[in-house]
Amino acid sequence: MSADGRSTTSTTAHSTIDLTKIKPYGDTLNDGMMQFSFTLPVPYSDEAREAARLYLLKMGVDEPQISHYEDLGVGYTFFVCYGKGTHTVDFTKIEVPKVDVEVMDKYGVEDYIKENIKRPVVIVGACTGTDAHTVGIDAIMNMKGYDGHYGLERYEGIEAYNLGSQMPNEEFLAKAIELNADAVIVSQVVTQKDVHIPNLTNLIELIEAEGLRDKLVVVAGGPRISHELAKEIGYDAGFSTGTYAEHVATFVVTQMVQRGLV
Amino acid sequence: MQKNKLNLDFGLVAEARQSAARIAADIQPFIDQHSSVTVERTVARLLGIDGIDELERPLPNIMIEAIKKEGGLPLGAAYWIGRAMLATGKTPQEIAEGVAAGEIELAKLPEKSVEDIQAAVNKVAVKTVERIRANRAHREDFIKNVGEGPKPYLYVIVATGNIYEDVLQAQAAARQGADVIAVIRTTAQSLLDYVPYGPTTEGFGGTYATQENFRIMRRALDEVGNEVGRYIRLCNYCSGLCMPEIAAMGALERLDVMLNDALYGILFRDINMQRTLVDQYFSRIINGFAGIIINTGEDNYLTTADAVEEAHTVLASQFINEQFALRAGLPEEQMGLGHAFEMNPNLKDGFLLELSQAQMARDIFPKAPLKYMPPTKFMNGNIFKGHVQDALFNMVSIMTNQGIQLLGMLTEAIHTPLLQDRALSIENARYIFNNMRSISDEIEFKEGGMIQSRAQAVLADAAAMLKDIEQEGIMSTIEKGKFAGVKRPMNGGKGLDGVVVKDALYFNPFIELMLGKEGE
Repeated sequence: MSADGRSTTSTTAHSTIDLTKIKPYGDTLNDGMMQFSFTLPVPYSDEAREAARLYLLKMGVDEPQISHYEDLGVGYTFFVCYGKGTHTVDFTKIEVPKVDVEVMDKYGVEDYIKENIKRPVVIVGACTGTDAHTVGIDAIMNMKGYDGHYGLERYEGIEAYNLGSQMPNEEFLAKAIELNADAVIVSQVVTQKDVHIPNLTNLIELIEAEGLRDKLVVVAGGPRISHELAKEIGYDAGFSTGTYAEHVATFVVTQMVQRGLV
Repeated sequence: MQKNKLNLDFGLVAEARQSAARIAADIQPFIDQHSSVTVERTVARLLGIDGIDELERPLPNIMIEAIKKEGGLPLGAAYWIGRAMLATGKTPQEIAEGVAAGEIELAKLPEKSVEDIQAAVNKVAVKTVERIRANRAHREDFIKNVGEGPKPYLYVIVATGNIYEDVLQAQAAARQGADVIAVIRTTAQSLLDYVPYGPTTEGFGGTYATQENFRIMRRALDEVGNEVGRYIRLCNYCSGLCMPEIAAMGALERLDVMLNDALYGILFRDINMQRTLVDQYFSRIINGFAGIIINTGEDNYLTTADAVEEAHTVLASQFINEQFALRAGLPEEQMGLGHAFEMNPNLKDGFLLELSQAQMARDIFPKAPLKYMPPTKFMNGNIFKGHVQDALFNMVSIMTNQGIQLLGMLTEAIHTPLLQDRALSIENARYIFNNMRSISDEIEFKEGGMIQSRAQAVLADAAAMLKDIEQEGIMSTIEKGKFAGVKRPMNGGKGLDGVVVKDALYFNPFIELMLGKEGE
């Protein structure tokens, strides 16, 4: 295999990739090279090292190498390992549901509102339930934004209300109704033991009970929120790591126009 | 001899400090005139009331609710407990059990003279105060006889939700080199207006702070501390709606470090500002007396506001926290004022600005065991880069002699730390702290250079901000959103209904006992 990879020049290397059978790349196509780090609950010893090696073999990793291992102090051992993956994935068959809009920048969104909506768009956001971590909702909503991307509060034509953290769903929705919201956006950062799922579900049920589901754009976000998960629970969209305000804004305003909520 | 590495104008530092002192003094009459349900529950706890009823309601809550229902709260819990002691001959705990069972109605007991009541209560209070004093002495002896790690102390968190799992992780961390173990609280505990009871094994993103959990972890850390030859400090969170109760429990179980900020709950948990200002005062009196290092929460400002633009708000808040702490009898040596390494890593020369600000905090608060917080906002799941960000953060710390280093985790933003994450993070810090141990003695900063100029500018902005606040008053400043960009109304937020105006006959024996004996 690796001999094949080396036999072609770099410019033609790509032509040898069989997309129906891809595997990890280290420094040679199809070498399968992967790195691992994990802990086993056994004392630092030759036997522990062998256990780590066997574990990788069972995972379908060829030629596992334990490059480093150390005692963690409570009879547990930490490993850093390398090995060659044997499994392959058919890249041609992969389909991932995505938020399917062409992202506009801040000015694009502002122009879009002026041309197509012609009134202020009200977006109400919070970190609902018990979640106290506002970093996500702040990154999207606060004036300053995140990493050079301004937040919704700074968008002309958008009235953004960041209600902060630990906001009960009932109160959140009541506030959204009071503000005549066009869209509600919910951030969920704490996802230990999947607490975010019942909380997100609860909110959507409340919205439905109020008969507002058709009138609102409902969006969820967080490190462990995928678009697929959000759709499954009944949201219009889900945004994960790497999302900025313009992604959310673009989605909200285009949804409003598509669904005739202007 | 204090060096002035940054060429700071110490006249301006003194002005800023005076502004902060006046800001704190301005609000003190308000604090002195008020009490709160948690302050009174704390008095009940310190008088020996503990435990729960069959509905798992804490007895201190039952007691204070009973007093409140009768309109008796303005006199304070000590008055009612003392009166009941004289009338029934029972202990405070027996009285609380009687109230819980519906067998004792406090208001129906015969009246007693205030002098007699105070004398009776004081007898019990003195015993509690002695127990806390003994805890403090025990800590000092342990450190003297067994030892402690060098500063910056390596501070790591455990957050499994299960106190017994936490013990395993904490002992592992101590063996790996940690000096301070913080048991993160379960999410939303700060909004509970009671403290749960007993050992707990369920929590989200953290473990309930209960007195029993404190006891379990204390025992585990003493055990491992003896083994590794270092006193291992235990940290918890004295914030939220039960600030002084957590302080009391921590003092009784010999915790060593407490998150305890005068403003944090107002800004970041939307707890009513009147409630927080009243609660923080008593909580800090207890922490001060117990020899507990408080950690303030200024670092959090930079998770919501920009670390470059808002650096002066951190410094201004440190000045204010310092003055509130001094008023509560908390010496500088116990003030772990907070700040953070939170600038965008893509910023050109960002490291220089971080270095400048860390040195500035060091020079302005020379005795404080500054608590330096790691990058969080720009940690994004790229663990490899994250580990390097944490390394730069560790370098700034050793270059500027920080006191308490809250170690960054390469897996920040992914999950609460795995056993191996913590080990890697401790290894990172130990490597850098050892390899660069004496560097701060070797460094001087270029006169008029970027680092000096940055600190001077931040100081000037902070001093100006403090002048503004002095004019405006702290409450109005918070209402206008000048800290962390968060606005909180005077009568908004959680917990306002638990604030009460004190009666002229109100008394809380612990304020006097703990403030009076301070410094012994």
